[in-house]
Amino acid sequence: MYAEPRFLPCGDSALSVEFGDAIDEAVNARVLSLDRKLNSQSIEGIIEAVPTYRSLLIHYDPFVTTFANLKRELIPYLGKLDLSRIDTNRAWSVPVVYGGECGIDLENLAAWNNLTTSEVIARHSKVAYRVCMIGFMPGFAYLGGLDPSLATPRRKQPRPDAPKGTISIGGEQTALQSVVGPSGWHWIGRTPLDVYAPDRNPMCLLDPGDIVRFYPISIEAWQSESERCAAMIRDAVQ
Amino acid sequence: MSRLIITAPGIASIQDIGRFGLQRYGVAPAGAMDAGSLRRANTLVGCPVGTPAIEIGPLPVSIEVAGPPIRFALSGAPRTLSIDGESVPLDQTHVIRDAQRMKIGSARGGMFSYLCFEGGLVCELQHGSNSLDERAGFGSPLRRRLQAADVLEVPAATAWHSERSAASPSAGPARRDVIRVILGPQDDYFYPETIDRFLTTTWRTALSSNRMCYSLDGPLLAHAKGYNIVSDGTVKGSVQVAGSGQPLVLLADRGTVGGYPKIATLASIDMDRFVQIPPGGEVRFKAISVGEAQALLRTSGARDSIALREASRLPGINPAALASANLAGLATNALDPAAFD
Repeated sequence: MYAEPRFLPCGDSALSVEFGDAIDEAVNARVLSLDRKLNSQSIEGIIEAVPTYRSLLIHYDPFVTTFANLKRELIPYLGKLDLSRIDTNRAWSVPVVYGGECGIDLENLAAWNNLTTSEVIARHSKVAYRVCMIGFMPGFAYLGGLDPSLATPRRKQPRPDAPKGTISIGGEQTALQSVVGPSGWHWIGRTPLDVYAPDRNPMCLLDPGDIVRFYPISIEAWQSESERCAAMIRDAVQ
Repeated sequence: MSRLIITAPGIASIQDIGRFGLQRYGVAPAGAMDAGSLRRANTLVGCPVGTPAIEIGPLPVSIEVAGPPIRFALSGAPRTLSIDGESVPLDQTHVIRDAQRMKIGSARGGMFSYLCFEGGLVCELQHGSNSLDERAGFGSPLRRRLQAADVLEVPAATAWHSERSAASPSAGPARRDVIRVILGPQDDYFYPETIDRFLTTTWRTALSSNRMCYSLDGPLLAHAKGYNIVSDGTVKGSVQVAGSGQPLVLLADRGTVGGYPKIATLASIDMDRFVQIPPGGEVRFKAISVGEAQALLRTSGARDSIALREASRLPGINPAALASANLAGLATNALDPAAFD
């Protein structure tokens, strides 16, 4: 974590308030805290803010404010960030079919880390992960808390079509992929939970600060678990 | 109401100024690649500048009309435009009638054009925008690019005293264009000599250029501190340097976060010119400060777009707004108002 946050211009219509350069829960807490603070204020010229692992990207209208003005207006907020209320107090139990067709890289990842596939599944499904950010693709959730013994370097060549619901590991991160899209990570499983649906309100089920726990299911249980997930979503939406 | 029947779709989609507020959920704004040309064609047809239009990529498009006459204008990349085989100018309003066919040629030295209609296209807002975003599942009336035999609805044209054209033609991309950039946010991931190299090289845009990203061919840029950063937010115009050392300029359909260092960001004032550079086109970059970039914007014609945005909400035509947008009511191809029932 930096002693003082950095204000970095991202062109002439956005700036990044960067709190650190590592994946670190204390850094992410500051990002989320500033994001919530700004959501409850109205600073002229801000269009939208995008919380990420270690920085808050703020898009603004350069005809209304400037980099220098906005920086001046933001500085007072940084001294009084409330870190106690960044968690959403929402926890999701997410079923996962590990390995097989749903997780084609499970065996390789286990071998790379000198573990059995059962050990990988046990270690991956025992953690309460925190959603650190949503991004890259619609609803794609980056999760913090991966067991370090499962960290595996990303693939040299990304593959084009990771299926919706893919659970993957890339470097020291694990993620829940929401829609079909390219991925350079290792695909270890798949969930029937629909975290992103454009016509649903909310379209994106997870928010930064949510807790996610995975539990292993068999492929035969896909249908029944899928129904359980749909019911869970109905409850959450109401 | 009249209908447009797409007979040759090219690479086209419905776009407006974009969908904002959902980047925190990984939904990029999408929207017109060349927002200035969208503004221009919409102003010609008397629509608010951000009204949805058909964004037409470099390939040819043909459209047939079924129903009452409609009025349109096409702005953006240089290309041919004809109605029933008769060539008509870009940056000008035209009326096209039942059973007539509009043919839009390949882009010549550009990428994108905007086909705007008096009264706009019939579509529904989704989270504040009509822009197609296939991955996120947004788009109206279609959640995909246009295909042959698609039918779109457009209101019938009203009676105008005369057709309207732009006082000066679309500029289009210059050869060996210089595009201004603001260094950062991760310029400290590169040695000063690498930044010099980025700024002194004449780059070529790669053949793979698309709405997501334009790759730049040229020397590979070495990273000073490795190429993996902790993923952070991206903007339209972020210049990421991939693991291979190739710079990639992220655009309207980009991923909302990226894990490669960003050496620079395009200045908004040059964005429209950059996106019009065709594959294989040459481009050089010049660094300016964020203060300079913002001062340029404020003193440029782009400022008029703000005035225009307000003015164009008013019904009818606002002469001051038109004048400020460098448009004139040239009486070319005037029509008999009686032709409009």
